[in-house]
This record gives sequence, structure tokens and C-alpha cells, in this order.
Amino acid sequence: MIELRGVSKHYGRKPALIDVNLSLPKGKVIGVIGPNGSGKSTFLKLLAGITKPKHGIVTIDGEQVDRRIARKVAYLSERDITYSFFTVQEAIDYYSSQFNDFNKEKSYQIVDFLQLELNRKIEDLSKGNQGRVKITLTLSREVPYILLDEPLSGLDPVVRESIINGVISFVDLDWQTVILTTHEVDEIEPLLDIFVAFREGKLIEVMEIDALHENKKISLLQWMKKVYSDKPQLLKSV
Amino acid sequence: MKEGFDADSPIYLQLAERVNRKILRGELQPGEKLPSVREMALQSGVNPNTVQRTYSELERMGVVEVRRGQGTFITNKKERLDRLREEMRHEKIADFVRAMEAMGFSPEEILLGLEEYLKHDLNGGMKSD
Repeated sequence: MIELRGVSKHYGRKPALIDVNLSLPKGKVIGVIGPNGSGKSTFLKLLAGITKPKHGIVTIDGEQVDRRIARKVAYLSERDITYSFFTVQEAIDYYSSQFNDFNKEKSYQIVDFLQLELNRKIEDLSKGNQGRVKITLTLSREVPYILLDEPLSGLDPVVRESIINGVISFVDLDWQTVILTTHEVDEIEPLLDIFVAFREGKLIEVMEIDALHENKKISLLQWMKKVYSDKPQLLKSV
Repeated sequence: MKEGFDADSPIYLQLAERVNRKILRGELQPGEKLPSVREMALQSGVNPNTVQRTYSELERMGVVEVRRGQGTFITNKKERLDRLREEMRHEKIADFVRAMEAMGFSPEEILLGLEEYLKHDLNGGMKSD
């Protein structure tokens, strides 16, 4: 279980997250949504132990998060792969040497599933195949928490679908939990159990997707359009 | 939302209805094994937890049977599947009638309209205008 208690984070004087209190269950696929700059990526970085909160506490399975949490958490960053001069095979070997939990056999299954070529240099691959390599390296780690920061961003529809299918095929929700940020809400919605919404650094909603459909009868995109276009201060004169 | 899921009811129920329709159409036979949870998730583009919920719902309805270690199978109980056909018929008619009533049509108008529609439809497909 993931818990945040009174968590705030600033970049310089600019607040990125403001007094976030939240607990998230295990074994779910959780989508983190919100406009650019709402705090999504900061939230994921806090869980990955890459950045520290200014105030408050973040715990995963009761353990306070710091850099050592990498044992439990695989994190896919929004940025490009650092070692792009590697071939796919070399990247797998490198990750395997860095992470005890890296399952090489599984990585080859994913490479196969996503139709990647092991002997190709990563920097020579298309953007879509680079995205596939990133997801391969992340999902090959046998860890209880998988954090994906914008895994679909900037990729074409075919690649987006193959990455979603990779998550469905190679994550075991019996013991793993996925938390991902995305703007592609329509595509990701059928994959989610729960969504978490941020606005201007504040947590504004945590809801089960089933409850959204059952009670509000709207899609996640419709919910977002409704909530994020709400500007009460502008409506006062009406 | 993509892949023909509607936003107005939970995806696991929509997926259960898809299975039920396949049974009615004979695409799924009594006693036939359903895909594994992960396979079904992949086919439908949904979360495996959702498929698990779908299979539990179908089991609760008595439409499928979960055999430990073997998988999920369409029931062999003919009377249950006959009843499913009746339930689906009733449900769709209820939806239709509700929609018509909401637009202000009387029961007589609905019945007459339906008769005419079916007659034209049978006589050569003057279904839509």
C-alpha cells in the first residue's frame, strides 16, 4: 500500500504538490491525471524516491520512501533512455547487472512480444521502438510497484496499443501494482481500476473507474473536461 | 472511450454482456472454455482485474462455472441458458420501451410502430429512412 501524509513539495518558491493525503491499495492499475504542471510527475518521482517531499511522509508498504525504495519500485521516466548507444541486448545486460530483480528471460519474452530486435542500437531505433525498449526494461523487473511516467506520450497509435498490451501481458496484478501518468485518458481508461486527479498541486479526486461509470455515467475524459474547465471565479457575474 | 465500451455502466458488466450475447448467438457453446483472464484482457484491451470481475459476475449469474485449476466454462445447464435468452430479451425490450416512453410515445403507438417496422423489415428491409 502507498500512503502520503501531509506531503508538500516545492521547486524553488513554486509549489508542485500541496498537502497531499492519500492511500492507494495494492494490485491495481492506477492512473494519475491532470493538466501539465498539476503535479503528476512530481507525485510519481516522490514514490520512486527520486525526489524528497519538503513536508510530510511517503510510505510504501509501511517503509518510508528514500533512494533505497528502488528495490521495490521500477520507474519509467518520461525522458529518453540514458544509454542509447547500447544495443537492445546490451541494455538488457546492463539492467540485469544493475537490478537483482531483473528477469532476463521475461525481458526476452517482452522483446519478442513487442517485436524488437536485440542487435539494434537503441539510438538508431524509431521513437516508437525506443518507447518499446523503455517499457521492456521496466516491466522485466520483478518488483511490486511499477511507475510509468507518460508511457504513451508522443507515440503513434499502434505503438501505444502495443505498450498497453505489454502492460496487460507482463504485469501480474496478483502481486504487482501499476501507477501511471497520462494525457491519453481515452486509451488508458479501460486499463484502470482507479484514477487520481491533481490540479495545481492539489489532490482533487481519487475514484474507482467503475464508480465513475456507475454513478456519474460519464467517461474519464468527460469527467476531466467538466472538472478542469470549472472556473467558479469566472462564473460569478452570471 | 475506445473499443466500443460505453461510459454509462461499468466495463466489467459490459464485458459480461458481450459474453452473454456470444452465448445467445451460439458463438460460445454450452460447456465451452472461456479464454484465460489474461487472454481475455488482452483481447478486450482491459485490465485483468476487470475480466476477473466479469467472470465472477457471470459465475454469480450461473452462466459460467469456474473449475478449480482448469478455468472458466460456459454452463452445461440448458435451462439456465434458456433463461438467459429470456432475460436478455426482457432487458432489451425494457430499454427500448423506456426510451420510447421518455419521448412521449404511448404503449399503443409503440406497439403499432413495432408491428409496422417488423412487417416492413420482413418484407424487404424498409428498416430505416
